[in-house]
Amino acid sequence: MSKLSLAVDVAGLRMRNPVMNAAGVLGMSPPILKRVYDSGAGAVVTKSVGPAPRTGHGNPTLVQLSCGALNAMGLPNPGADYYADEIRKLKRMGVPTVASFFGGSVQEFAEVARKLTGAGADALELNASCPNVAEELGMLASDACNVEKVTAAVKDETDLPVFVKLSPNVTDIKAVARAAEQGGADAITAANTLLGIAIDVGFRRPVLTNVTGGLSGPAAKPVALRCVWEVSQAVEVPVIGCGGVATWEDAVEYLLAGASAVQVGTAVTAHGFKVFGDIAEGLERYMAENGFTRVEEVVGLAHEAGRDQKSKADKCSIRV
Amino acid sequence: MPTRLEETRRVRLTNVVSECRDVTSLHFEDPWAAKGRPGQYLMVWIPGLDEVPMSLSTIGEGGASSITVRTVGEATEALSRLKPGDSVGVRGPLGNGYTIECERPLLVGGGSGVASLAPLARDMLSKGVEPTFVLGARSTDQLIFMERLGKLLGPRLLVSTDDGSRGYSGYASDYAAKLMDRERFDHVYTCGPELMMARVFQDAEGRGLPVQAGMERYIKCAVGLCGACGVGPYRVCVDGPVFDSRMLRDIRGELGVSKMDLSGRAVRVDH
Repeated sequence: MSKLSLAVDVAGLRMRNPVMNAAGVLGMSPPILKRVYDSGAGAVVTKSVGPAPRTGHGNPTLVQLSCGALNAMGLPNPGADYYADEIRKLKRMGVPTVASFFGGSVQEFAEVARKLTGAGADALELNASCPNVAEELGMLASDACNVEKVTAAVKDETDLPVFVKLSPNVTDIKAVARAAEQGGADAITAANTLLGIAIDVGFRRPVLTNVTGGLSGPAAKPVALRCVWEVSQAVEVPVIGCGGVATWEDAVEYLLAGASAVQVGTAVTAHGFKVFGDIAEGLERYMAENGFTRVEEVVGLAHEAGRDQKSKADKCSIRV
Repeated sequence: MPTRLEETRRVRLTNVVSECRDVTSLHFEDPWAAKGRPGQYLMVWIPGLDEVPMSLSTIGEGGASSITVRTVGEATEALSRLKPGDSVGVRGPLGNGYTIECERPLLVGGGSGVASLAPLARDMLSKGVEPTFVLGARSTDQLIFMERLGKLLGPRLLVSTDDGSRGYSGYASDYAAKLMDRERFDHVYTCGPELMMARVFQDAEGRGLPVQAGMERYIKCAVGLCGACGVGPYRVCVDGPVFDSRMLRDIRGELGVSKMDLSGRAVRVDH
């Protein structure tokens, strides 16, 4: 019997385990991302980096809810030229680094991808789905045709694996995922945050400066999990699950739904840095107890039962 | 009312006190703030304008707590214009406060940094620990909490002004270093301009004294998620704002030297 290993290769990104932080979480500076890695993550994901420095939205940028968090940071970042140096620092510290990035046009996406590739990132994550800059930059991920175009343009600029991170705020995420795959995406990350709003009853006004924001945490999990379930059936490339992962059980759920790796965000609030290592350890125990030796053996395992159940459900509920 | 202190709630101001020309204390009653610890902060929401981190300057005295605001920009100016009866939103108290592990502490406060040390001095006294407090400002007219701290500490309140208009003439950090040599302290607590805290840390470190310093950064999420307030491997919002000697050693290259601006670029610390 072969020895149990948590190591995975996701579209060419080799990681010691399939747990990462989500983009926008703890990603402003190398020392904190190093701490994410030292806390047990398999790789780290940077803050989304654009072509020029941005301060992001003014506060309040985050609202804590009983079911999760709502944020509208507005993509603050120091710009690709500056962040290229931060990536070099991370690489010197030996941290496997996924550079998340965005642009306001096809050209900008390509230009930023080229710079981050030159800086030595191990993979790129194309943020096609930030819900908080939609009016300003256009919500790329709601248009399958644009997603394909941008993905193809980025692939022309880089030899690195390109993950395309999609939005759950679309009618058919499968169609957008297929378009990304068509454009050359090496993996799909599903999903970004859900568009939401919080209103203060005392002041009778929206709390977030940006008015609307992205919902993450426990409330987002069933939706993002469904996105992974659907996308993993629609495309051949690997899927990375993101949305409300807080425990190893959540991670296993994502793997069973078809994800090859997971990203952790909001759970850092409640569990701190140790959440990364805790999830990896829990996954290892689960695999040992259930006779799995490789993470890939778990990926998508719930689909067969899902198909059976669905066809039975469909048959039984047609008429009475 | 929300069920967790991290959730935003509305508090009504019961009292507004001008401490000096550009420093104002806002008092309010809030059960969560009343349970806070010195060094912890609230995220204070001025609807339609901003949300800013503010140290607790009074904690549940007669039920009331307060924050103390120096006017430095639009948000703090709006706060300082509020009147009793007006409301702000708050979440918290957040972050790690000071811990009292000493018998003979030296407290060094500069400018509005005095705010977080005042309730600490009170807590120390209630635990039978007698602090010596260096209260520093640029000039006499910028000294805050003189009366309050004087009542509390008597002769153990030592004043210093940069311009020599009252008390020790020179930087509070220089005065503190002299006191460290003259008296036997076992712990140093400091809050104020970062250049002052960097000096106090360096001087205390050289004399083998443990330090706790109240750090300040632009805080966005306040729950340890976004990393905007990062200093070295730490997040001021939840790993701080109080940094101990071990943490201060880890950020030696940045303390009093550089900080991240809102976009994440390193800029110089200039005060």
